[in-house]
Amino acid sequence: MNVGLNHFLIVSTILFSFGIFGIVTRKNAVMVLMGIELILNAANINFVAFARYGSFGYNGQVMALFVIVLAAAEAAIALAILLNIYKTFTTVNVDEIDRMKE
Amino acid sequence: MIIYDLIFYLFAALTIVSAFFVVTLRNIVYSAFFLLFTFLGVTGLYVLLAADFIAIVQLVVYVGGILILLLFGVMLTNRITNVQVKSGTFQILPAVIGVGIFTGILVATMTNTKWRVLESEIPVTTVYNIGTLLLQDYVVVFELLGILLLVALIGAASMARR
Repeated sequence: MNVGLNHFLIVSTILFSFGIFGIVTRKNAVMVLMGIELILNAANINFVAFARYGSFGYNGQVMALFVIVLAAAEAAIALAILLNIYKTFTTVNVDEIDRMKE
Repeated sequence: MIIYDLIFYLFAALTIVSAFFVVTLRNIVYSAFFLLFTFLGVTGLYVLLAADFIAIVQLVVYVGGILILLLFGVMLTNRITNVQVKSGTFQILPAVIGVGIFTGILVATMTNTKWRVLESEIPVTTVYNIGTLLLQDYVVVFELLGILLLVALIGAASMARR
């Protein structure tokens, strides 16, 4: 069976599931960020695969570019928030951060 | 097409195996390094999908930018002097069951749907078409993303140095 659209979709599905698994099970907030990056990558694979095999021209690839830009902005902002959390709580474990005010 | 299939399975295995290690290894620094291999595998998949520009952008932005940023996050939020940079885990069994069911449903949906596949020829280069689209159809989104990146830069800098 030749490699086609379905193969890429299944790879991206598995990547997405690993991302969800990482977000749900890890305590460290940096690991949660890595899970989010996995999920964004899975969505990007879908966009590019449908751009290759569908009849949408290059719109899918442009959307993938936009997702990459948003992922970069999200990583920078999330890291700044994490630094502030670490300064306040001296930990970044998401199960120990349970107060909204100091 | 047999070489294409072999390269696809190689990159797919690289992506999935290293993603598995990312979410299961206890040491965060090891996870970050396996994330590097996941990104490289995804880059290979983009090349196989004839998206050369996206592949290069993925390499530059993810491997060169976001991964380094995550490593900085690991180093700045742990007492790096003790070598054990561990991340605890919790709720493993419910997560395995829930994610397993979810994955099964998604894979069944993907394989059972009759996608309308267009057998188009492989394009030689995509940069010209992507640039035309960005500056014609998507020019407003393009400019807004520029402003968004500027705002994110200023916001991250001002939040991090407070």
